[in-house]
Amino acid sequence: MTMDQFLGLYNYWIVIFLMMTGFYIVIARENLIKTIIGLNIFQTSVFLLYITMGKVTEGTAPIIRNGGGHHEEEHGAAEHVGHAALGREVELGHSVSDVSAIQHASYLENTNPPASPPLDGLADATATSGALEQNTHIVAEYQGVIYSNPLPSVLMLTAIVVGIATTALALALIVRIREEYGTIEEDEIIELDRNS
Amino acid sequence: MMNFIVIPILLLLALTAVTVARIRNLWAAVMFTGIYSFLGASWMLILDAPDVAFTEAAVGAGISTILMLATLSLTPRKRHQDGHLQSDDFDEKPRKKSPVWPLLVVTITGFALIYGTFDMPHFGSPEAPIQVYPDPSFISKSQHDMHGLPNVVTAVLAGYRGYDTLGETAVIFTAGIAVLLILRRAPNEGLKHADQESEVVAAANLINQADENSDGELTQEADS
Amino acid sequence: MNTFPIIRVITKVLIPYILLFAFYVQFHGDFGPGGGFQAGVIFAAALILYGLVYGLPALQMVAPPRVVEKLIALGLLIYGGTGIACMLLGGNFLDYNVLEHHFLTELPAAIDFLPGEGPHHFLPEGQHLGIFLVELGVGITVTAVMTMIFYAFAGREPVA
Repeated sequence: MTMDQFLGLYNYWIVIFLMMTGFYIVIARENLIKTIIGLNIFQTSVFLLYITMGKVTEGTAPIIRNGGGHHEEEHGAAEHVGHAALGREVELGHSVSDVSAIQHASYLENTNPPASPPLDGLADATATSGALEQNTHIVAEYQGVIYSNPLPSVLMLTAIVVGIATTALALALIVRIREEYGTIEEDEIIELDRNS
Repeated sequence: MMNFIVIPILLLLALTAVTVARIRNLWAAVMFTGIYSFLGASWMLILDAPDVAFTEAAVGAGISTILMLATLSLTPRKRHQDGHLQSDDFDEKPRKKSPVWPLLVVTITGFALIYGTFDMPHFGSPEAPIQVYPDPSFISKSQHDMHGLPNVVTAVLAGYRGYDTLGETAVIFTAGIAVLLILRRAPNEGLKHADQESEVVAAANLINQADENSDGELTQEADS
Repeated sequence: MNTFPIIRVITKVLIPYILLFAFYVQFHGDFGPGGGFQAGVIFAAALILYGLVYGLPALQMVAPPRVVEKLIALGLLIYGGTGIACMLLGGNFLDYNVLEHHFLTELPAAIDFLPGEGPHHFLPEGQHLGIFLVELGVGITVTAVMTMIFYAFAGREPVA
């Protein structure tokens, strides 16, 4: 096992460790509240799994820096191409295929800005792997800046809030169980059910 | 290049999770869960997901902790005569069974999953399937479609995945209504009581009749 | 909590800023990190903090349960209503492009500091308006649900 492999996969191992800790709490403990805590830990580890997958080396948060000074100067040409494409797109009246074609074209022109340090590093990486020798373009890159993938963020954002809503539902059920059975220990509840 | 502050955060994250698993006092466990959420949020921030990070901080460390504490205060193991509670009223019951079997199951599952990760794309790789699939990516797409909405997460959340978010909002709505339905009833009118049970049966009969009969008869039933 | 004057005073100082931050997160969510889900949770956190320190009756005077439980449905209605409005204007469900409008969106020359030829559009019309409304609906529902859940748990009498 190489150092390269360790640095490439350590995030999954951390997530798996947290996931298994949550799993252990769920199956080994009989207190209902402790079980919910275990489920929460499991759930958070899944959020972390998704978020780590969206990360790109040298990337930044998916919030576009536009209207600012230095990008305008650095990639002025690229921006003009983009704006021209945007103008054409409006003329064409949002016809889907045309728009995507223009997007792709303007996009490809945007991808090789003059001397952008992060892109150079990544271009080297891809060249060594030999996968994309010609016309290397990094999908996560826009106007010379690499952005991490926004999609995992979107999915996990809603999952967190839905998670707390369902956790609240589970806790409400636990409150009712305590009122009816007088205990929140699983084995005692089963015992009470058998005897009734 | 690696951001080295991530190492202590990850160690603390693992340590907190293990502490939660080991600790018997539920108050302490809930507090550690809050800490765990904060540490998770810190890692998310390093992983370029500020939106998720501060949702996790507000939800996991804030509201979730408060709800768990509220539940704990309603579910002590015993309640003393004068109404005062001590911290050991919130201890878990000592277990008789040994934890060997659960540990074995968890270890085997964990190693199976770790074996599976050897095929996974490496951390931060720009060639990972998730990074190459929508091409042009949502980032460049949204800059054209949304005329330069800076936060792509919001653009995808409310724009491209609007249906999905509507569904998620409906789930939150439903969960909220369900909590209200469960907890609104006063504690001593539980389903245990006989009259309550007959009420349930009557309601079930009513629904059955409503399926068979017309609407007019249903209102008659409800009136009587 | 009557015996903790420091907590009471600090809470009163903090709550306006938490609420302000929630509004910032809600309405600035298109530009910086944020959006309806986060804003709703932060807003509810401010209300819950008030309830924890000053007691449930004080909080229920600020946010009456009768009103809050209607807000749960209102938020979802705003979201769905935006979709229906798009359909009525001739688009698909939640197709914000048909909400395109040009009034109130041109940046006045006095504050037009953006580079390049003006006039600049202050809000990029349809898509932006749609996202704004949808996020508002999400924010209202999340706030109301979290507050109602807190009411349900905090208002419950413990049994022996």
